[in-house]
Amino acid sequence: MDKRTLVSRLERILPTVEKPGRYVGGELNQVYKDWDSVKTHVALAFPDIYDIGVPNLGLTILYHLLNERQDVLAERVYLPWVDMENAMRQNGIPLYALESKTPVSEFDILGITLPYETLYTNVLNLLDLARIPLHSSQRTIRDPLVIAGGHAVFNPEPIAPFFDAFAIGEGEEIIHDIVNTYQAWKEHPTSRQDLLAELARIEGIYVPSFYEPEYKEDGTIRTIHRLHPNAPAQVQKRLVAHLPKPPTRFIVPSISVVHNRVSIEIMRGCTRGCRFCHAGMVTRPVRERNVDEIVSAVREALEATGFEEVALLSLSSSDYTHILDLVSRVAAETSDHYLTISLPSLRIESFSVMLMEKLRGSRQGGFTLAPEAATERMRNMINKPISTQQLLDTAREIYARGWTTIKLYFMIGHPSETIEDVQAIADLCKAVLAEGKKVIGKRATLHAGVSTFVPKPHTPFQWVACDTLDQIESKQALLKRELRGPGLKLTWNNPYETLMEAWLSRGDRRLAKVIETAWQLGAKFDAWQDQFNYAVWQQAFAMHGIDPAFYTHRQRSEDEIFPWDHIFSGVRKAYLLSEYHASLIEKTQNDCRQGCFACGILPKYADIRRNNPGSHWKCPEVPRRPIKVNIEQTA
Amino acid sequence: MQRFRIQYNKDAPLQYIGNLDLHKVWERYLRRARVPVAYTQGFHPQPKIQQAAPLPLGFLSQNDLIDVWVEADENEFKEDDFFIHLQTTHQPGIEILSVKAVALNSPSLPTLILSSLYRVIPLDPLNLPEVQNRLKELLERNTIIRTRRNKTYDLRPLIENILLRSLPDNCLEFQMQLSAREGATGRPEEILIELRLDPHAARYVRTGFIMKE
Repeated sequence: MDKRTLVSRLERILPTVEKPGRYVGGELNQVYKDWDSVKTHVALAFPDIYDIGVPNLGLTILYHLLNERQDVLAERVYLPWVDMENAMRQNGIPLYALESKTPVSEFDILGITLPYETLYTNVLNLLDLARIPLHSSQRTIRDPLVIAGGHAVFNPEPIAPFFDAFAIGEGEEIIHDIVNTYQAWKEHPTSRQDLLAELARIEGIYVPSFYEPEYKEDGTIRTIHRLHPNAPAQVQKRLVAHLPKPPTRFIVPSISVVHNRVSIEIMRGCTRGCRFCHAGMVTRPVRERNVDEIVSAVREALEATGFEEVALLSLSSSDYTHILDLVSRVAAETSDHYLTISLPSLRIESFSVMLMEKLRGSRQGGFTLAPEAATERMRNMINKPISTQQLLDTAREIYARGWTTIKLYFMIGHPSETIEDVQAIADLCKAVLAEGKKVIGKRATLHAGVSTFVPKPHTPFQWVACDTLDQIESKQALLKRELRGPGLKLTWNNPYETLMEAWLSRGDRRLAKVIETAWQLGAKFDAWQDQFNYAVWQQAFAMHGIDPAFYTHRQRSEDEIFPWDHIFSGVRKAYLLSEYHASLIEKTQNDCRQGCFACGILPKYADIRRNNPGSHWKCPEVPRRPIKVNIEQTA
Repeated sequence: MQRFRIQYNKDAPLQYIGNLDLHKVWERYLRRARVPVAYTQGFHPQPKIQQAAPLPLGFLSQNDLIDVWVEADENEFKEDDFFIHLQTTHQPGIEILSVKAVALNSPSLPTLILSSLYRVIPLDPLNLPEVQNRLKELLERNTIIRTRRNKTYDLRPLIENILLRSLPDNCLEFQMQLSAREGATGRPEEILIELRLDPHAARYVRTGFIMKE
């Protein structure tokens, strides 16, 4: 469809849909380039609606990196909401990119970010709306190269057939390798197969069609065959030695979206080693940005956007080496502007209260802490050791300093959790609220956000079973019974959504047909409570004779070959197993800034660090040889 | 403190945003332009800015008005300063026409608006005599009772004037003057419906206001 027809059809349907501002682009700081002025056209897609997709930092980074190149343009693509999708299908409008309104199918490369698994049916919907064949094997030389990246693709297997390639790990450098390889191939575009073979040479690129799993009778994997000489036995994630300058010219949406703010990543990776945490394992090693760079990025970004909120992002703000200095300087930078600064993931200690107090401007929200579990046994098991007394002391101080609401995050369903451990969550919440009432009386409120644990690949809990529906429901029933009354609020996850996340997280390639069937039966926007349809998924599993419990509730044996074993996060499987064993005896592991526990990330990326030395690396310096000794110490 | 009235056009990039969102766009625009906007007192201070009249989603606007209170005296911050600050700061979809100081105690902007002027262009070719007839019939009626958001009202007294003219390619253009007093605001798309035309298949531009002296 030519662009004029598309735009004139759009003009007729936009007045009939909800929030049409999602579909027009043209926001402050969008980059618009003449289509014919560049060699390569990249569409960057977030497979959910505009409101969720615009704030995504990963795509923001890639958008700016690509558009800095003279020879490339990058445009944005989001999914239309249900009403707009219907209108587009009825009027024959294909999915288009916001900047130039060019159909997605006309781009050279389509990059889709997958930060979480519940977006998978949306991927199929996106390809379908873009009129791109769903399966990599069906695409021709005229179709875009379809690539995915993001945290979910550390297990790419459930969606393997739908992508030509996956970019594993950090995107800042690999994106250029992909574009360069594409451009070289485009000079003499032979076959799609040739392009994939060239891409497979790039470190961090996984071409799924070059691998084929073979299964045992019991359904587990016997081996994964390599089908192409360029395919490495294990695809090692990409890592950038230096976090490049953070993006500052954020798109400023003209309509309200989920986060309307400047987001500056202050640190990547985490040294805490919480055993349930996927991000904490796959983003190692820790690298920090320096204070000057962050402060000037905040200043630049505020000037470029006029946003009223700044978020300083990391997996564990309290662990940032110069956090106090950073917070003081950012607060000083923004004191006159009635701005809000948010600092997520603070440790449970009075220092955090002091930090938040420095940032507190004219607005006052709640104070969030994440103890994750309520008994010391559970917290040792998941390796988030903090004492109940410390939590109560911190809570008292938060209420005393003027916050009236504390939000506590917990998870149910940790391995070996008993009903007593769940009861302890209710007791702890009440104890925290009681502290608040002592200080500020009835104004004190407590909000318990209790989600259900989903075991993730590449973590020490990748072997364990997820709780069954019965277990989850009886635990939630207890919490609902206990946590009511004045000042108490409880939120929880739909257990059916938890199960879906569980099978998608540790699924294998056979799940792809279940996902495709579920989508054909109408599954999409699975991450939306009002759209998720469990019955459709059950039907899809039944149609393929696959039992979802194989993926969700099965305790894996320690020698099982996992569907994602040929994807390497840099953390060794043997280390993950030793951490799993440590959890069984409730043994905690220190913050690894204090000493290396040989997870494997350092030797694997030793060359990168040696060639890019600096104080931004926060893993301890480990000489090459003694690493072996360390392994023996922890074993 | 001073008060300024900005005259501006709202163009295509901001066509599909509502009033609250437009308010946010102005807040951020003024912040980027380093205009020392005054804030309201109280627990949740808000920038003191006031729009003239809400504009329906999908409408473009010319000669629109917004009042901004500034925390600076006449010697520190003049009309020209304000104009230059805005002119040199990029905001897609807003074109600044003028900035004028107004007395702090003058009546609020929305109370000054009497009528709005619109230009409405149906997207499809139409038969001019046919539409002219329908329009004539409409204007001859004493009452035009309509229901909008479960409220019944009479559209007829809100119509002050409607002209119809032809454009190339058998297209038509309406020029409408509709009441825009508080609680008595005529909407051009309601008129299209009464003319048995598709209200979604039209381009709407509010071209200006008629104001109290």
